[in-house]
Amino acid sequence: MNHWLIAPILIPLIGGFLQVFMGYAPLRLRRTLGLITTGLLLASTIILLMMAADGSYRVYAFGNWAPPFGIVMVLDRLAALMLFMTALLGLFSHLYSMGRTDVDSRQFHALFLFQLMGLNIAFLTGDLFNLFVAFEVLLIASYGLLLHGDGKQRTIPGLHYVVLNLIGSAMFLVAVGMIYSVTGTLNMADLAVTIPTLAADKLPLVEAGGMILLVVFALKAALIPLTFWLPKAYAAATAPVAALFAVMTKVGVYAIIRVYTLIFGENAGALAHLGMDWIFPLALLTIVLGMIGMIGSAGLRTLVAWQVVVSVGTILAAFSLLNEAGLSAALFYLVHTTWVAAGLFLVVDMIAAQRGSATDKIVTAPRMPNRTFISVMFMLGAVSATGLPPLSGFFAKLLIMNAATPGVAMAALWAVILLSGFISLVAYSRAGSIVFWRNVEGHINNPEKLTFPHTVGAGALIAMSIAIVVAAGPLSDYTDATAEQLRDASAYTSILDARMVGEDES
Amino acid sequence: MEIAYALIIGTLTFAGVYLVLRARTFPVVVGLTLLSYGVNLFLFSSGRLMTGGQPIIGSTEVYSDPLPQALVLTAIVIGFAMTAFAVVLALRAKADTDDDHVDGTRRTDLPEEAKHTNPPREETGQ
Repeated sequence: MNHWLIAPILIPLIGGFLQVFMGYAPLRLRRTLGLITTGLLLASTIILLMMAADGSYRVYAFGNWAPPFGIVMVLDRLAALMLFMTALLGLFSHLYSMGRTDVDSRQFHALFLFQLMGLNIAFLTGDLFNLFVAFEVLLIASYGLLLHGDGKQRTIPGLHYVVLNLIGSAMFLVAVGMIYSVTGTLNMADLAVTIPTLAADKLPLVEAGGMILLVVFALKAALIPLTFWLPKAYAAATAPVAALFAVMTKVGVYAIIRVYTLIFGENAGALAHLGMDWIFPLALLTIVLGMIGMIGSAGLRTLVAWQVVVSVGTILAAFSLLNEAGLSAALFYLVHTTWVAAGLFLVVDMIAAQRGSATDKIVTAPRMPNRTFISVMFMLGAVSATGLPPLSGFFAKLLIMNAATPGVAMAALWAVILLSGFISLVAYSRAGSIVFWRNVEGHINNPEKLTFPHTVGAGALIAMSIAIVVAAGPLSDYTDATAEQLRDASAYTSILDARMVGEDES
Repeated sequence: MEIAYALIIGTLTFAGVYLVLRARTFPVVVGLTLLSYGVNLFLFSSGRLMTGGQPIIGSTEVYSDPLPQALVLTAIVIGFAMTAFAVVLALRAKADTDDDHVDGTRRTDLPEEAKHTNPPREETGQ
């Protein structure tokens, strides 16, 4: 039992409750409290990250019910990395929202914090049904956040998003029911122990359940052919929300990595690597579709939204290579792409506020009044996202391509990844040159001044790309160790023997 | 009992999927509701069907599995909240776009006055 584990859940929960009851408090007070909450959250995840670095598993059992009977939270390297990545992203997106976005609604901060709480539960939980509950917590907050802001353009993408995710939740429950009906447990560690011992006549039900789960996670991760809801929804959301949503697809990716290394991993007997032969071609197709989307984007927001699709494909392609190097590279790329895509969403929002009625459309417009900082940030973000040296995208893609072993898979992976880098370079150059260089005569009325929350929020996320390059050694050591830990699923099942409070005396 | 139970789940899911694929928001919301009914019944059956069983040890000879009951209870609560949200959202979409089409579009080939007096009811095939 380690009580630190629930800190990333309790902090946003308490902070969010305070915000709910303080809807009519002065905006300054709400902002200060919100920032304190996300700051504390970041601090607690750093503590967890340092705890997890020793490679052992830490358990928190709710109500002191021993697993597999109670719900457990499990901290390992992967969970700690995801928590830290989300908390850092959450802090800077939250800061950015204080520039302008949070004025529109009294409940913005509460929804934002509840979303962070749902994400943290999803990363920490060691129970399949609790993962469903975590998905619902973060989804209901995301529904509110997606519709946040005035104007009617969000209603229809929001409706599509809600209906799709409700169907996804229904399928999740079906999968959970199928797996439970045979195994009699939903604790992930217990499932990893039970599934290899199942009789052959019971396997088809578990196999079907596992495949349906994969469909649900692929819907969250926006893998082809379940990807088409993403660009519209992300392009319609306000900037800090879109930045936070950059991590939403990664929750689906995280769930795939967790469930298909632990429950259906190497040790799963007849069901080892269930569905992975589907993931690889679908991931490559997702990258190709993302490239087409990037080239065809009419607005900068849509462009970055398609960038998110490309990144999901890249992560899953690297993961489905099914070797340790591929998994490590996938995690390295995941951290890089989440921060950079979120930073780009924020930079694009700053661009849109400088261009009057042209907003984020890729068309010629009068020269932007405050362009120096924004254009440098856009260039850094674009260079990093396309994977040009010397920024983090280059190293991430290099690691992924290194991980492929010679063969057909390597040829396909190299071709698609190199091509995607080239095509996204073309897309960003085209967008950047039109937006920044091709100016027409005219005057912009009331361009937005650069404010502290905007410059620091967006600047810090883009600067993380440089930070990743500086800390590339420690980070790749960490992801290597994470991949090694994930490969050894039998160690995870040791949490079933974790001692509860009060058992120490006996 | 098993056959009747399975048929009910199948019928609910069939009707739910059919309605979700309609182009108007109201059938879609009803379809989501039916789908969640079917799913909840399915989840309930994962603990095996029995009559007279009790989930408490020592109370009876026949035990029923208490966990699926707890799961279904959670799923019902969550599904109920989500449906309420979907209804409100569908109403807002109707108010914002003057149409209950799921894509928010209205037919453009009708004369101007017909759009206001008599909203088109045909499917647009999307």
